Amino acid sequence: MSEREDTWARKALSRIVVGLLALVWFLFSFYPVFYILFSSFHLQQGFLLGNVWLPPRNPTIQNYADILHAGFFRYFLNSALVSVASVVCIAGFSLAASYVLVKVTTRLSQTIFSILLVALAIPLQSLIIPIYTMIYHLKLYNTYLGLILPSIAFGLPLTMLILVNFLRDIPSEFYQAMEMDGVGEYGMLVRLVVPLSVPAIVAVCIYQFIQVWNNFLFPLVLTESAQMRLLPLAVVSFEGLHSLDIPGVMATVVLSALPLIVTYVAARRSLLGALASGFAGGGR
Amino acid sequence: MYRKMTWKLFLLLVPVVVFYGAFIVFPIISSIRTSFVSWNGLTKALPVGFRNWITQLTSPELYRSMELTAIVMALSWVIQTPVSFALGLFLSGRGRVRDTLSAFYFTPLLFSAAALGIAWGFILNPSFGLAQVLLVHVFGYKGTINLLGNPKVVLYTLIGIIAWEFIPFHTLLYQSAARGVPVSLYEAAELDGASSQQKLWHITIPQLKNTIVTSTVIILTGSLTYFDIIYVLTDGGPGNASLVLALDMYRKAFEEYQLGTGATIAVIMTILGVVLSLVLVRWTGFGRMQSQMEGA
Repeated sequence: MSEREDTWARKALSRIVVGLLALVWFLFSFYPVFYILFSSFHLQQGFLLGNVWLPPRNPTIQNYADILHAGFFRYFLNSALVSVASVVCIAGFSLAASYVLVKVTTRLSQTIFSILLVALAIPLQSLIIPIYTMIYHLKLYNTYLGLILPSIAFGLPLTMLILVNFLRDIPSEFYQAMEMDGVGEYGMLVRLVVPLSVPAIVAVCIYQFIQVWNNFLFPLVLTESAQMRLLPLAVVSFEGLHSLDIPGVMATVVLSALPLIVTYVAARRSLLGALASGFAGGGR
Repeated sequence: MYRKMTWKLFLLLVPVVVFYGAFIVFPIISSIRTSFVSWNGLTKALPVGFRNWITQLTSPELYRSMELTAIVMALSWVIQTPVSFALGLFLSGRGRVRDTLSAFYFTPLLFSAAALGIAWGFILNPSFGLAQVLLVHVFGYKGTINLLGNPKVVLYTLIGIIAWEFIPFHTLLYQSAARGVPVSLYEAAELDGASSQQKLWHITIPQLKNTIVTSTVIILTGSLTYFDIIYVLTDGGPGNASLVLALDMYRKAFEEYQLGTGATIAVIMTILGVVLSLVLVRWTGFGRMQSQMEGA
């Protein structure tokens, strides 16, 4: 075999191997998700007797109607309320503070920023016990506010990091020009900083929305009544009561991910970009 | 920039400082205080000095939990890093096939860990789960597999599920980083007659060093507090076979109502987390890590 044929054969072989591995990973990563999706459209009756590994022949949306009746409409609204309120506060507070920390370069502001960043090294979930006792003493146990307040705090460190880095790139001439026009400190934040940092704000909001929406530990520890449940906890509680109703439980799983599934189908790149934001470091 | 702090500007810092102080700084101090009392959460807390600490630090259970956590940490890194790296490189190439595949590869990212735990519980159920049914009907295997009920394998099953859940995220990091490597580097190497292996070792890996560090930090510190899927799937069991530190803390504080003991474990976790981050940052070079985290 000549050398050229040899490298050709090698290249073909490596392409086949890569293709096979890609296919194996496709099955391994997507088939469980596909199973979650299609089994939620199976009829509950006779589910276990049929071919559970295949999509249903006669898909039904009955499971979704059933779980909405069983309180999931309420849980969905709970999750939406807590997530949106938390994200709005996280973004608003962080933006205001980042603006100050970028604008002011005294030692005080640098110290504040370093202290904020230390939180990135602390496993925040380990703070759940004092947070529970504090929420309890503030009489916020089992309330929306009791979920929202700590969610805001936990979202701040990473959001601050992302926004401060983004705002640093705004040229100081922009501020000077505005100052000449007689725009005040708050006016600059609203009229200059906010419009310029829309991409970063969107990414931060999506990322933090996912964090709060998917949070399990806070609702588990900080709420007790069924009415206050957020979706991940509601899915787990529903499974505890209906552990043989696989299609129904899978419907709760799908419903609990609905906003993300819809966003993914509609705007995959923005969603993935937001997920990697803050870690991907501008693609380096 | 050029400004001095004014009251007007300081006012904008207040919300962040207040929330940070109330829900992060204060809880850290409060955890430490609680670790020196005996408290069931209802009656008055009894100061007990170092008793919780002595009991915990001499308890084989704590070291067992630490060992399980260390296994989760190490194996998570060993599994997730090479797979995510390879997938990220593969998906960084353009082309319709890769693009379509990536759309499916990333789908596990859409679900919460708790919801995925429920789904995997069904899939691995030994009597009617998908895995069992596939084995019997499609592969003709007659026995049963009980990956979650067997204390000898449960931890590895969980590590596998955690890898399945998180590899898409790390793949995403590697993908976007690999797309940022200048093509000119590869072109120059090709002119010099470099093999693909040489290009991997001398261009790709050094160029992705920052991402490897970031991903490693996230995997290792994340494994320390990993809670949701394990709580949902095994609650630390069977027995204590998957009782990692986070579960141990939760169990002591919220199931056995020993908040002092739970807080002691929490402080240990916090210390381990900070030490781990410091060591990693130190060992890999602080500047690199920081410039990576800061994006610049």
